[in-house]
Amino acid sequence: MLHIVACIKQVPDTKIIKMNPKTNTMDRRTAPAILNPYDAHAVEEAVRLRERYGGTVSVVTMGPPPAVKAIKKCIEIGADEGYLITDRRFAGADTLATSYALTKAIEKISQMNPVDLVICGKMTIDGDTGQVGPGIARRLDIPPLTSVNKVVEVNREEGYAVVHRKLEDGFEVVRSSLPCLLSVEKTINEVPYSPFPNMLKAAQYQPHIWSVDDLEDVDIKQLGLKGSPTIVSKVWAPPKPEAGEILEGNPREQVEQLLSVLLEKKELFSSKEGV
Amino acid sequence: MSEKFDCIVVGAGPAGISCAYELAKGGAKVLLLERGEYPGSKNVMGGVLYRKMMEDIIPEFYKEAPLERPVVEQRFMMMDKESAVTVGYKGMEWGKEPYNNFTVLRAKFDQWFAEKAVEQGAVLVNETVVLECIVEDGKVVGVRTDRPNGEIYADVVVLADGVNSLLAQSLGFHKEYKPDEVALATMEVLKLDKKVIEDRFNLEENQGCTIELFGDATKGILGTGFLYTNKDSLSIGVGTLLSGLIKHKIKPYELLEYVKNHPMIRPYIQGSESQEYLAHLIPEGGFKSMGRIVGDGVIVIGDASQLVNAIHREGSNLAMTSGRYAAEAVLLAKQAGDFSEKMLDSYRMRLMAGFVGQDMQKYKDSTHHFNKFPQYFEDYIPMVNKAASQMFTVDGTSKWEKQKKIWKDLGTGKEKMKLARDMYRAWKVIK
Repeated sequence: MLHIVACIKQVPDTKIIKMNPKTNTMDRRTAPAILNPYDAHAVEEAVRLRERYGGTVSVVTMGPPPAVKAIKKCIEIGADEGYLITDRRFAGADTLATSYALTKAIEKISQMNPVDLVICGKMTIDGDTGQVGPGIARRLDIPPLTSVNKVVEVNREEGYAVVHRKLEDGFEVVRSSLPCLLSVEKTINEVPYSPFPNMLKAAQYQPHIWSVDDLEDVDIKQLGLKGSPTIVSKVWAPPKPEAGEILEGNPREQVEQLLSVLLEKKELFSSKEGV
Repeated sequence: MSEKFDCIVVGAGPAGISCAYELAKGGAKVLLLERGEYPGSKNVMGGVLYRKMMEDIIPEFYKEAPLERPVVEQRFMMMDKESAVTVGYKGMEWGKEPYNNFTVLRAKFDQWFAEKAVEQGAVLVNETVVLECIVEDGKVVGVRTDRPNGEIYADVVVLADGVNSLLAQSLGFHKEYKPDEVALATMEVLKLDKKVIEDRFNLEENQGCTIELFGDATKGILGTGFLYTNKDSLSIGVGTLLSGLIKHKIKPYELLEYVKNHPMIRPYIQGSESQEYLAHLIPEGGFKSMGRIVGDGVIVIGDASQLVNAIHREGSNLAMTSGRYAAEAVLLAKQAGDFSEKMLDSYRMRLMAGFVGQDMQKYKDSTHHFNKFPQYFEDYIPMVNKAASQMFTVDGTSKWEKQKKIWKDLGTGKEKMKLARDMYRAWKVIK
């Protein structure tokens, strides 16, 4: 029976969010909080593996109390249990401190039921770093497999997993020992419309909520802002794309104009060395 | 089969939430289903919440509910193209506990209200559409949702699925509504600085004003407009019978633009920024359009049962009261272990005997009447404006002369007779 832990995060919907033009930071009040879209695929993959091999899917997140909502969303997808670690002392964490805190939570979950597989989304849409997954793997001292596009097999008895990793021009097949950590691409699966019994369970589900004191062997200096060496020196909104050029005239004239533009920019299309 | 509930309430608007709240409080196992992302996400109303009916459910709710402003002033504006006759009342007694009514933004308020029902023990499931009622041997025994494994069973299903209630319709409780039985309301929430609102509407902090607009606001089509003050936004909208829009070939958003640019309204909203745009149908057929509201294992409440008092812009309070009565009827039925139409009919009887039923009957002819005689909106409101203009314009004419002129402008003897008859008829319909 597999025990899979999916790491998730509640993020502001960056499709909607507005930037504060004065401070150049995200105005989080302007966007609803959602489950990080990549993480939905991670949970879905965990649920599919449970359906294939049997076992348990736990989700874990670090965040403020409203992050319960994101855990409930994972229960809708089909997760069995949810753990929220929430504490003022976690606040202001960068990817290093976040992976430390999540590792401590996974260690505690593993004490209750040994973990075979940790699954993360490729990255969060508010941070875009993709560092937390590998960071957890390093701390747990298990192999990290990033850009996973397909899980071919998980064999708990013999202690290995086989996955496809997405490359620029194809994929590679990798076999790893268990336990290991996968960070998955969005293309790994499609998250279906949740069945009603899951909705009913999620509506009534209360996740396990832990503070720093509930975790064991925690080095407070490695948590939150204190444990975060990352310095954000500047944040700015990407410039709006400039309006395109519209060709005018009859079709023949337009084609001629287009050809001259293409010839002018031909170096864009010539193959570069090493590619 | 998934677990069985005592009651399934379909739709988390004021009616459905009230019903679920009371049921859960009464110890019933209740499931509240909402198609939107959260309760309130798809709900629309002008924005006045009446204190009394809400307090019948949650006493002193105003101490914690997300409300906008207590209304201390109500104005009624009878508009012509470039003028308006305004009457109103402002009273400080409305500005303190227990208040009279409040402006609210539904997206916030309904969410809060639904949370209260969940605190009582109701199970709320969002983002789920009910496709149909499951009927066995002529009895409603549950609902089928659009989700996989989506059949859920209960002793009673309460339909609070709003104005179009396709569920009640598919049970044969009512026919599809005709264009003269529903109004289409279009509204916008306009963001405006709090201080600016208070200056423009002559308000202090935590005081609100509602203005109801008649006449040219709807270009003479039967309907009304409104302009309400929220904390740091304004709600402005127009609602007219669907048949009126069709007849005058006006698109609803054109009408809203027209009101926003009306010289009597423009100064209030100048410099504001559009925040939300909403449109919704309002059931205005009244008592005569009401279909069946009780069946074996099923009750219909709120807009779904056409419970709206169009003349007094009251809908949500009727909805909440109907939800409360329905819950009490279901709890009685649960005690008796009998969920037949006969047993559940205590809901309908109580509704009709109380203020809801009495008001519905009292105003049963109003929409039809004003719809049948367009002169009220098309002719008489401009007439009042003209008379007021003549009376108050100082031009050296004696007041006696002015009155004579106004009297003369009302038309020939025959026309005056018609006017008098119309006024009497209108009075009879409303009073």
